[in-house]
Amino acid sequence: MSTYSVSKAVAIAQSAEEGAALSGGSLSLPVSFPSGGIGVFASLAWVGFGVACLWWPDIGDWSRTRELAVAAFILSGAIFVITVAGSRLGRLDAGLQRRAPWLLALALFLTLWEIATAKLAWLPLPFFPPPQSVIEVYTDDLPKLLDSVFASVKLQLGGYAIGAAVGFLTGVSIGWSRGVGYWVHPVLRFIGPLPATAWLPIAFFTFPSSWSASTFLIALATGFPVTVLTWSGVASVSNAYYDVARTLGAKPSFLVLKVAIPAALPHVFVGLFMGLGSSFAVLVVAEMIGVKAGLGWYLQWAQGWAAYANMYAALIVMSLLCSGAITLLFRARDHLLVWQKGVVKW
Amino acid sequence: MVALARAGQATPDTAGASLDVEHVSHAFDIDGAVLPVLDDVSFGVKPGEFVALLGPSGCGKSTLLRLVAGLEPPRAGTLREDGEAITGPFPSRVVVFQDPTLFPWRTVWHNVALGLEAQGILKSQRHRVDAALDLVGLSGFRNAYPHQLSGGMAQRVSLARALVNDPRILVLDEPLGKLDSLTRISMQTEILSLWQRTGFTALLVTHDVEEAVFLANRVLVFSDRPARIKADIAVDRPYPRHRGDPYLADLRRNILGLLGLDATW
Repeated sequence: MSTYSVSKAVAIAQSAEEGAALSGGSLSLPVSFPSGGIGVFASLAWVGFGVACLWWPDIGDWSRTRELAVAAFILSGAIFVITVAGSRLGRLDAGLQRRAPWLLALALFLTLWEIATAKLAWLPLPFFPPPQSVIEVYTDDLPKLLDSVFASVKLQLGGYAIGAAVGFLTGVSIGWSRGVGYWVHPVLRFIGPLPATAWLPIAFFTFPSSWSASTFLIALATGFPVTVLTWSGVASVSNAYYDVARTLGAKPSFLVLKVAIPAALPHVFVGLFMGLGSSFAVLVVAEMIGVKAGLGWYLQWAQGWAAYANMYAALIVMSLLCSGAITLLFRARDHLLVWQKGVVKW
Repeated sequence: MVALARAGQATPDTAGASLDVEHVSHAFDIDGAVLPVLDDVSFGVKPGEFVALLGPSGCGKSTLLRLVAGLEPPRAGTLREDGEAITGPFPSRVVVFQDPTLFPWRTVWHNVALGLEAQGILKSQRHRVDAALDLVGLSGFRNAYPHQLSGGMAQRVSLARALVNDPRILVLDEPLGKLDSLTRISMQTEILSLWQRTGFTALLVTHDVEEAVFLANRVLVFSDRPARIKADIAVDRPYPRHRGDPYLADLRRNILGLLGLDATW
């Protein structure tokens, strides 16, 4: 049990039962604060950030400084209330305590950023916009940003789904059938390793629309790793599994659907994960070059206007989307592969 | 097909099938060279009989079991189940392998259900899965995944997975070879009582002479590769048997002598 949990248990709960519940979080920090210590500090740090926003005058013309400060105060108050209410809030408090060090660090970072840009101009404008100007993008340019998000998600989802499905089916076919492998394997070796972005110029004039061209490229970027890993997964299934199934009366379709594919699934998910990563890259490049919509296009457009705050805002959104997509994939994997021991937590 | 349901009242000579191995020879191609494994092996097994196959490591006993299971056709000769030639795998002849080879992505229950599912009759026959799990005493672990089981439990699941198909011939390929000696002794007793209750014909490959004489009606001793039958020994002792029985001890000594291993007796 960590020193942190011990001191907290003693101070707040003063009961063995509570202590056991807290140690379940098993956070090991080399610090020993009194009850909710870091929570209080995090709360203070957010007050500090709010004050920093209001204390000095802005050196530029930003309209959301006051709102940002108010938001910081509200967050600070919320952290404070939850910390003080403590164990009476149960899971909410436990979650906050676990994140308190991060909340503290985030507040300190924002304060530093605020002072270094909007107040004392240590970093050059407009390349390093202050936090309030990024907030300003979210409040004032929301419709365009949402349109871009929607366009990106639509393009990505379509391409990824097609690529994953085709890659999976191709991989299973190559892994299962020698005949298919004979014809598809050389094509795969020739075309697969080519970065999908290299097809951009050709794709944009051979396909009827830039949208279909981008979908094709995203599918290509997804399909290659999915194919190769599905194939290797199916090929590496132990013969003993097939022997067992055959002696129990399994037909070939059963061997494929109920033996080969489930046994290959861990590999398939590695392929889906890799495909997701490379398809993000293709998505952004395709949007920057050919598609007149989406977050990649938004970035390009913002750069054209030297609207650096918009770029940061779009980058943050993009990062959340990509991370969210990977989280979803890992959730699906955890759900389908509960039988595996020791899977990586994302 | 419903032997599990009537387990208990089955008489040991109705459920099992006879097995005839007629002049079977087999060989493997390894890098172009032909490696003979079985050389003109012939023997018959009566319905409900428990026959153990003993022989030096790598002599081809397991290959013979693969032929009986129908996983491979023999190069020469014929194998017959109840007089009909064996041409491929069929759920009336089920193999229990040395490794439990449970499907790690399936729970214990779904592993046992594998055979019925493969034959497309699981929906109407779910109770047989429960009965088979009961039979090996693992009903409490139906929702566990294989990685949560001990070696002995995993092997009992694989036994249940075989028994749920009501095999007429149960092929046991060193099923207890990787278990510790205590688990092995209790599993031997379990296999024996399952055999007595359900009456299947049993064919057991083992390296353990004591296991062979304790379980089987008959012990076939094989020579080095290519395997031929060196001796066909009847174990003329009623069940339940006792491990300390001097008759069985004598038999063990004779068999070890046949295998050239009696120097340490």
